[in-house]
This record gives sequence, structure tokens and C-alpha cells, in this order.
Amino acid sequence: MSFIALILSLALAPLLLSIINRSKAVIAGRRGAPLLQPYFNLTRLLQKGVVYSDVSSGLVQLSPVVNLAVLCCCVVLVPLGPIPAILHFSGDFILLAYLMGMGRFITMLGALDTGSSFEGMGASREAFFAALAEPAFFLTMAGLARITGAQSLNDILQTINSEHWLHATPSLLLIAVAFFLVFLAENARIPIDDPTTHLELTMIHEVMILDHSGPDLAMIEYGVALKIWLLAAIFAALFVPPGTNVLWLPLFLLLMVAIGMLVAMVESSMARLRLIRVPQLLISAGVFAGLALFLEFVQ
Amino acid sequence: MSSLFWLILLPFAGGFVALIDGRSRTRSALWALAGLTGALAVAARPVFIALASGRSSTATLPWAIIGEQVQLVLDPLSAFFLLPVVVLGLLFALYGSAYMRHYHAEYLHHGVHWFFYNLLATGMILVLLARNGLIFMISWEVMSLAPFFLVLFHDREKKSRHASWVYLVAGHLGGMVLLLFFLLLGSSGHGLDFSTFQPQLLTPGFRHLLFGLAFLGFGVKAGIFPVHVWLPEAHPAAPSHVSAYMSGVMIKMGIYGILRSIQLLGGPVLEWGILLVLAGVISGILAILFALAQHDLKRLLAYSSVENIGIILLGLGVGMIGISLQQPVVAIFGLAGGLLHILNHALFKGMLFLGAGVIQQQCATLELDKLGGLKKQLPTTAFCFLLGAAAICGLPPLNGFVSEFLIYCGAVHGQTIGIVSAAWPLLLSLAGMALIGGLATACFVKVGGIIFLGSPRSQHAVQASETTPAMYLPMLLLAAACLGLGLFAPFFIQLVHYPLSVLLPASTTMAPLADATTRLKDIMWITGVMLCLVLLLGLLRIILLRKRQVAIAPTWGCGYLHPHPRMQYTASSFARPVTLFFEAVLRPRVQRNVSEKLIPGTISYTSTTPDSVTRYGYTPLFVGVTRLLGILRWIQHGRVQLYILYIITTLFLLLMALAGGWI
Repeated sequence: MSFIALILSLALAPLLLSIINRSKAVIAGRRGAPLLQPYFNLTRLLQKGVVYSDVSSGLVQLSPVVNLAVLCCCVVLVPLGPIPAILHFSGDFILLAYLMGMGRFITMLGALDTGSSFEGMGASREAFFAALAEPAFFLTMAGLARITGAQSLNDILQTINSEHWLHATPSLLLIAVAFFLVFLAENARIPIDDPTTHLELTMIHEVMILDHSGPDLAMIEYGVALKIWLLAAIFAALFVPPGTNVLWLPLFLLLMVAIGMLVAMVESSMARLRLIRVPQLLISAGVFAGLALFLEFVQ
Repeated sequence: MSSLFWLILLPFAGGFVALIDGRSRTRSALWALAGLTGALAVAARPVFIALASGRSSTATLPWAIIGEQVQLVLDPLSAFFLLPVVVLGLLFALYGSAYMRHYHAEYLHHGVHWFFYNLLATGMILVLLARNGLIFMISWEVMSLAPFFLVLFHDREKKSRHASWVYLVAGHLGGMVLLLFFLLLGSSGHGLDFSTFQPQLLTPGFRHLLFGLAFLGFGVKAGIFPVHVWLPEAHPAAPSHVSAYMSGVMIKMGIYGILRSIQLLGGPVLEWGILLVLAGVISGILAILFALAQHDLKRLLAYSSVENIGIILLGLGVGMIGISLQQPVVAIFGLAGGLLHILNHALFKGMLFLGAGVIQQQCATLELDKLGGLKKQLPTTAFCFLLGAAAICGLPPLNGFVSEFLIYCGAVHGQTIGIVSAAWPLLLSLAGMALIGGLATACFVKVGGIIFLGSPRSQHAVQASETTPAMYLPMLLLAAACLGLGLFAPFFIQLVHYPLSVLLPASTTMAPLADATTRLKDIMWITGVMLCLVLLLGLLRIILLRKRQVAIAPTWGCGYLHPHPRMQYTASSFARPVTLFFEAVLRPRVQRNVSEKLIPGTISYTSTTPDSVTRYGYTPLFVGVTRLLGILRWIQHGRVQLYILYIITTLFLLLMALAGGWI
């Protein structure tokens, strides 16, 4: 069962991105690209040749490979709604965070490998914002562990139920908000970063991959899809009924679509924040999670 | 004679012969290496026995001066700390023997250098074996004094002399506090033997005071914020293998001291655990911020050592909180993580310092903004350094992750138990570790990226070439160790089993350690899968790109046609978002010379970030003390006759006092 979930995640991940894009188009009054567009893009990129910078020293080739390998490993750790994760143990969310950290580390080095000041700029911003998002992520997880008494991602997400929501409404709401902010930051979405911006100076994630092409770019794009899928799966699992009843799977997938639409609504209704405002947003995510924990301590 | 005596004697003898034969660069290094090899050979058996079966080795020596006999004991805790002292000591010396060939024998005495290097090793071994306050303090002084001469290697440079003075003063102020600690503790029992201390007779308040003294005294050696100021001075001045030895191994003796003193004081209480956590969070965050703001590689690495000491303290603090609340899971995960991080940090920080030495000799500078693109010229060094950078950020599948994972687990478990008084420091350590980890990643991406990637920023960096095997083999070995300890963590965690049982109360169950092992096994599977996936995806890439066009073109410059290496992002610009955000703490000194005229001339911009604690704390303090003591300067006038008069007067007064029965 878990392996079906693995294949489902690997196959459906790009779809979430296209749901976001389609919803944004609809909100803006356009028709938008077909839902399968990310798949078309990936196959097209996989068929192309590559161009490397004459400055690069090999890390630019290594970085997409390692990044994708790391994100594929993350899929193993995240439950897909009612379907449990393939591997779970106490503290596995620490591994998840650090695996993603590894992906980020190698992506930043890949960006610096080209010697481009724009890519260096992107890496620098990514490094700083990730450093601020990290405590918020750990605090949300600690809060969930405190509320549910479980210590692995799988157990936390599969025990959380209406009982918890009734008893700890304010803290769970705060945690949900904090996690959503972390989700937006980790996936380089508005208001932290704008994936569709066209000016190199204002980008964060997109500018780091300027010099990637062909299959390398395909791996990076697929990795982006996997990451947003995984974090959305964690977020969605907060709201589905507990247990491992597979019949809840359609509901869970619907929730994923709803999260995609929510992201699209956020992106359509506001612009990217000024870069100096982003740290404040990320710190407030940490403060929300800390506040939730404080509420739990007081009870 | 017991092997423990040989363990002390051999490195000392090696160093002594090196001193006598010090004219020759090669022979003096070989003598020192021989002594250290002997120490390693002698230490292997007792260390193995202590770590694998928990049995201590003991040696006794009759010595009338301090009592009937001197006892030297190698228990599992000492053995755990001894492991890096002998293994890495030899490895760094091997690197050092090649590194030192760079310097002529005429005016830099190689024999003296190797004598003090081996003396440092001997001092550390003695510190770990000592079970008597007096012997401990003597060994501690030996260990503290030897680096003074090692740091002073380039004694014609003013910077070196300044650095070694700062080190000496800091070390001795710390030593003074420790002396007080042992004397007060000794007054509780009857003698300075560790076994005769009776901490249970002390009042809680007095025990707090004693722990405070030990924490301060050992903290100076460990480099805890704000008594860390000697590290960023001494490490850049010392030769690289000495920096590696000091930063990787010697500062851990401070941690050993803290652990031993907690044991001597009869086990931890909650407040001490909280103190360790607070000190850990403060050291970690502030030190990594200062590291980010530095331009000199070795200075940066020195600050990063302070940061890692912070992580170690966090782990030990979590463990101490666990012990005092009788939560074996929290205690064992925290302590195991803290202890393993000691070993891990010794490995990767040693490697990074050795890499810094290669860069220094090849490029004649450690200024980050003058380097760049070295991965092409120094492929082996670059591989090791980048691996070490990933390890120090705690990224899987390397060793740094294992220890940080264990500490996190301890803190997370603390959230699920009901005790609120313990929950907040554990929560603080959780959030603190996450922030430290994120900032460390920023810092080491900066270091690795700016030095090794991109294109060279100066002529020196263009002309660099890879070093000799004697210099990169130790680095490769350390890299292999970092990877091995990360991949096979479930086996290596057994190293801390018996050291843990020394620290834990006798009744504590060791079951959580087995739990940790199973968790690490799961992680081992995932990291194994990850490495396989890297290979598979790499293969896929190669297959896909076969027979396709692979073009080489200039980096995309956003339309700009004539890029220049100096236009690359620099280390300072990379760190700018962080340093700007934390400007209130870092207080960088900026000198800008930008003309406002219509036709601008040359413009310049320099920024340095000196240590805020030194700048606003110690410098005013010591200037004030000097000024105050200046009042007494009239006593010192240089006339010998009057000095003799002082002596006679003092003697006379003392005799009078004795005769009068006042003392």
C-alpha cells in the first residue's frame, strides 16, 4: 500500500504545480495552460542537450542529481493522508528537514559554481531565508508532537483528529498558519519569492538555476514539484480524519487540490514582499509556533 | 611498567629528542612523529578495553610530595576523549611535517615547535588520566602553556605575538578560577584526590558556586561565549596543523573538565542543565553570526569552533536536564549527541583547518575575497573541504547529522513528557539548534562557494597547485572518517555506551541507546538509498546526454557582455543579508571613500567585524585595570638597592608576625 503511495506521489507531484498555475490563470481571467503542461515541459527538457558555463567546475552538474535524489528520499518519509509512510521512526521529521537542507546546500553551491553574481545573490538570499524558516519548521513540529504525543511525522499526522482540534483549537490554528508560511517560504512562492518574475535581481530560487539546461533543468523542475507536493501533503494531513482507512484518500487528494487553489489565491491577491520584510514574516511564523507551544504548556 | 606511563613518556620523549635534533627539519619532525606513533600504539589497547567493555585501566606511582601515591586512571570517559588526542594528534603531525617544510630551518626552530607540539599532546593525555587536583592543575598548565609557544611560531610578526599574549592571559585567568575550584572542593574532603571529595556534604548554594567556577574556568578553554575571545586571535596565527589540533582536540578538554567536575560535584541538577543550554544557544548563535561576518578563513573557522562548542553544550545540557528529571530518554539522547559531536567536530574541523593550511601555502592569503575557483587547481583539497563544509552543517549522510539528530531527538522527546519546567529549555535548544544549523549552512556555503567555485579573484589564486600527498592524505582520511561515521552511525554510536554510563546515575536504564541505534539504522537505509539514487540519476544523465550536444558557453550575464572575475559575488556580499539584519549585534566597522564629484575618482569600501565582546568588554576593562595599577608604578623604579630593602622589610615583618604568633 505504501509503495502505491510512493508511486502516486512521484507521478502526481507535477500536477499540483499545474493546478496552482491553472487556478491563477482562471482568477486572472485567462484560460491557462493545460493541466498536463508540467509533464510536457519535463519530457521536452529531457530530450534536449545541455549548455554549461565555462567557469563551472562540475558541481553544477552534480547539484541537480543530488538535489533530486535527496527529495526522492524525502517521499519515503511523508505519509500520503491515510496511507502510512514507507519508513517512519521517532524524530524522522528531523531527517526530512535536513535532507531538504542538503538539497538546498548543493543547489546553492551549484549556483555559486557558475561565478555569476546574480546566482550568488540568489544563493545568499536563499541561505538567509532558509535559516529563518528552519526554527519555525522545528517549532511547528515540536508543537504537533506536544499536542499528539507522537514523535514521528507519520504518527503525528495519523493521530491528529477532531478531538485534538476541539481541545487545542487556538494552538493548532497557530501551528497551521505557521506551517503554511514555512510551506510558502520553502517552495519559493509569493509573498516570499515570485516563481514567475522576469527580473533576475528580484528572484531567489529561479535565479539560482539560471545556468541549468536540458535534463539537469528537468531534474530541478521535478524536484520543485516533489517538494511542494510533500509539504502540501503534510499540511493537508492536518485536516483529514485519523487512521489508515484508504477510503479517505479521495478526500485527501481533494484537500491537496484545495491547497493548490489556496496558494493560487494568495499569489493572485498580493505581490511579493520587499526583501527586507521577508525575515519579519518568517520570524512571525516562528513566533506563531512558539505561541502555540506556550499555550500548550499553560494548559 | 604500566602502559599508561609509556603513554605519557613516549610523546614527551619524542618531542625531547626532536628538540635536541632540532636543526634538521626532517629529523625533528620524524622524532616527534615517532613519539606520537608510540603513544598511539600504547593507547590502543587500554582505550579499546575501556570503550568496548567499560573497564578502567589504573596505574599507581609512589610520590611522597602530594601524598602517598599518584593514581592515573583511564576510565571510559577519559578514553573517549583520549581517542582524538592520540589519533588526530598523529594525523595532524603527519600533515604538519610536510607543512613545516615550507619554512626555513635557520630562524624558525623546528625542534622547538615539535617539542611543544608533543608537550601539548602529553599535557592533554595527563589531564585525562589525572585523578588528583594538584596533578590535574599541573597537567592543565602544561597543556595551556605549550600552545603559547606553538602560536608564537611566526614570532617576528606582531600579530602572532599579540595573539599568543591574548591566549596566555585568557588561559591563565581561566586557570586561576580552576585553582580556586579545586581548593574549595578539596576543603570539603581531606585532600585533593578526586576519590576523597565529598560533595554531598556541601550546601546546595556552595555547590552552585563551585559549578559556576568550574564552568567559567573550563569554559575559557572550551571557548564559550563570551570568554571565547582567544580563539579568533590564536587560531589564525598558529600553523594550520596546530590550529587543527587546538580547535579539534584541545578545546574539548574544557568540555571534559565540565563533565568531570559535574561528576565530582555529585551529579547534575536542573539549573546546571539550563545553564549549559543557555550558554550553548548564546555561543552557537552569536559565534556563527560573527563567523559569517569574517573575511579571514581561519578566523572564521575559529568562530565556527565556538559555535560547535555551543552545539556540544546544548547536547550535554539537554542530557543534564534529562538526568536531573530522571528522564532516561532525554538524558541519553542529549548526552550521546553531545559526546558524539565532540568526536565529529574534531574530525571535520580538523579537516577544514588542514584545508585552510593548504590554501594559505598555495595562495599566500586566507582573505576570502581574494580567492576563488580553487576547485580546478586543488581538486583533492576542494573535495575534502566541501565535504567537511557539508558535515559541519550537519547534513546527511555525513557525521555531523548523527550527533545533531540525537540532540534534536532528546529535545523533541522532552516536549512529549508532561514536565513544563524542563520543556522550555528543551524547546529553546530545539529552536536554537535549528537557527544555528541554518546560519551554519549559510556560512559554509559562503566559504566553500567563494573559495573553490567561480573564477579566481586574484593572481595568487590562479597560480595555486595541489600539494604533496603527505598533506592531502590526512585530509582524505578525515573525509573518509566523516563519511564513514555518518553512514555507519549505528555501529559508531556504541563508542559512547560506556562513557555515558560514567556520567549517568548507576540505576539508569541504557534502553534508549538501543532505541537510538534502531533509529540510526533506519536513517542508514535512507542515506544508503540516497547514495544509490545519486548514482542512478547520474547514470541516467550520462545515458541521456550521450550523442547529444554538450556546449560550453560563458555564464549568463543578463545581457552584460564583458564580465570580469571581480564582478562575482564576494564573501562579504554573500553574507550581507545576514550581517545587515543582525547589525545591532555584529557592529561592523565600515570605511567608505566614495567621491560625490561629477567625475568619480578611485572609490574604496572596507568593512571589518571585530569581536564585540573584546571591543566593548575586555579592552575597556583591561585598559581600566592597567590605569588603576598605574597608581602603584612608583614602587617599581629600577633601583636594585631599594628592591632588596623591600625584600628585607617583608622578611622582617613576616618573622615578626611569626614570632608574635599572628599567623
